[in-house]
Amino acid sequence: MATETTPRAKLRWGLLDVIVVVFALVPVLWIASLSFKTPATLTDGKFWPREWTLDNYRTIFDTDQFVRALVNSIGIALIATLIAVVLGAMAAYAISRLDFPGKKLLVGVSLLIAMFPQVSLVSPLFEIERQLGLFDTWPGLILPYITFALPLAIYTLSAFFKQIPWDLEKAAKMDGATQGQAFRRVIAPLAAPGLFTTAILVFIFCWNDFLFAITLTSTERSRTVPVALQFFTGESQFEDPTGAICAAAVVITIPIILFVLFFQRRIVSGLTSGAVKG
Amino acid sequence: MADIVLDKVSKRFPDGTTAVRDVDLEIADGEFVILVGPSGCGKSTTLNMIAGLEDISSGELRIAGERVNDRAPRDRDIAMVFQSYALYPNMSVRENMAFPLRLAKLDKETIHQKVEEAAKVLELTPLLDRKPANLSGGQRQRVAMGRAIVRQPKAFLMDEPLSNLDAKLRVQMRTVVSRLQKQLGTTTVYVTHDQTEAMTLGDRVVIMRGGAVQQVGPPQELYDHPRNLFVAGFIGSPSMNFLHAAVEDGHLRTALGDVPIGDRVRRQLDGADAPRELILGIRPEHFEDAALIDDDTLRRGLEFEAPVDIVESMGSDKYVYFTVEGERASAAELEELAADAGAADFTGTGSSLVTRLSAESPVREGEPRRVWFNLEKIHLFDPSTGRNLTLHEGRASGALAD
Repeated sequence: MATETTPRAKLRWGLLDVIVVVFALVPVLWIASLSFKTPATLTDGKFWPREWTLDNYRTIFDTDQFVRALVNSIGIALIATLIAVVLGAMAAYAISRLDFPGKKLLVGVSLLIAMFPQVSLVSPLFEIERQLGLFDTWPGLILPYITFALPLAIYTLSAFFKQIPWDLEKAAKMDGATQGQAFRRVIAPLAAPGLFTTAILVFIFCWNDFLFAITLTSTERSRTVPVALQFFTGESQFEDPTGAICAAAVVITIPIILFVLFFQRRIVSGLTSGAVKG
Repeated sequence: MADIVLDKVSKRFPDGTTAVRDVDLEIADGEFVILVGPSGCGKSTTLNMIAGLEDISSGELRIAGERVNDRAPRDRDIAMVFQSYALYPNMSVRENMAFPLRLAKLDKETIHQKVEEAAKVLELTPLLDRKPANLSGGQRQRVAMGRAIVRQPKAFLMDEPLSNLDAKLRVQMRTVVSRLQKQLGTTTVYVTHDQTEAMTLGDRVVIMRGGAVQQVGPPQELYDHPRNLFVAGFIGSPSMNFLHAAVEDGHLRTALGDVPIGDRVRRQLDGADAPRELILGIRPEHFEDAALIDDDTLRRGLEFEAPVDIVESMGSDKYVYFTVEGERASAAELEELAADAGAADFTGTGSSLVTRLSAESPVREGEPRRVWFNLEKIHLFDPSTGRNLTLHEGRASGALAD
């Protein structure tokens, strides 16, 4: 298929892009704008705040509740991502390279887990975690996150591993590498784009989760930000917390943007370096 | 530096297929041995078993006198060049070549020195800091060779290393490989499906078919004294002509006329279960324009007349194609060879004959021409077993030998 870039085609695509971007960004910008408004002007319906204020941000960082939740969120999401990606990489490698009995079953079951409605697991998990003493702890959230992130990780990564020519691994073995060295020094660097993509997806999944976070936590000890936002009420019951909630929403979007931006560069550079095929 | 011995080595896959059957082969220290055969003949599997990338189902593999069946590739101290080159795309040429040395935990100074040395031999010095993506096919191929030679292994294994190059470069790289092997004197096992490569490169050639070794020997020996129909048909370009020959009271009836046979062949045809039909094989260069040879030589062969189909003038000589009437030679081996050449579905009427005549021959397309062929150089094969009946103590002696 030839890709024509006539001025008209360019205009058409440009317009389409603008529509998509506006559609996606307006709600985000609206929230950002709300977070800078004073309580009095909050409901004036203007997109551009008439009076700028940072009070909302001061409010959320003054409350211990929000900072604790932020720390919980970052910690839990990072640990879950790390474990899921490492385990997923090993499983995906085995699936893409080895023929072992029960391989199809394993892949099928992991797909099943990904499709299982999470809501139906919430009550049993709640009971189990209470019995085990995991309720309202970091591991209590990390474990289910890994469970649900693993199928995703295995799927994405095995697709990446399959693209790597097997000859490279044979060559590494002939060059004197052990299986482990071949994986670490030859395969893993080539699968890096896949690893980063998976890491981003898993991180976003953990960061945004609300269902598990609200059922498996009860205190600031392990409550994550999406849940903490729910518990946001003003100083008194007469105060409108909308501004503060919006400020918090903006704050929790920042780590994700940073995470994606940081890894995106690695993805691009990884792809170009993997472009060689023998 | 080491010798490699395969002692009844076999490979059976879990699905029951036997890829390699009882291969016996002794490769001397410093020898350049070629494994050649059509696709699926087990040559690559054999190489992978020597490398340690495939398990050996039965038999014994010894490198430098030591049994290595159960050793991992890294403990066998052999290097391999892959058809796909298998360069690490994330490393520069220098890092690629240094990789085996770094794994061997040599110190930085030695690694640097060895890589520079190998790069100089292969004229890769100006490319050392490039990534494989920025190299041409031929350069990548040289890097792959560099990675193999850099650590001075006991043996080199090469799996069709030149087949991804274009024709001109392939011929060029062939001499590079050959010179490199002579220079280093390292035992080398080289797999190819290209019989020209096999003929030009190796000290000895191993011809394989269906997982079994057909014949082992220096290229010229395989060419002159093929043990069976398959070897005769596989080696040589253009390949040997095969004609149907019926045994009839003391001579052979063929499309080229009645061919007399000597006592030695006759003795083999006397038995009750002896074949009544044979396949006559004759190479293109054993034909000549009858008008160009003296009476003395004429007497050693036979003449026939046939219409000329096509003349290909090569300058030094002429390839002349004839069509002769009569039954086509048929045997399982010939069908397999035709299938491998991709010509299985190409069937004309009668048999096509390729001859190589002197450049002086005034032969013209469409006109009949008298052609002579040398009876001392013809081979006779038993179509059921493929055995060469003219072979005596390993030497082919023609149809007339007593």
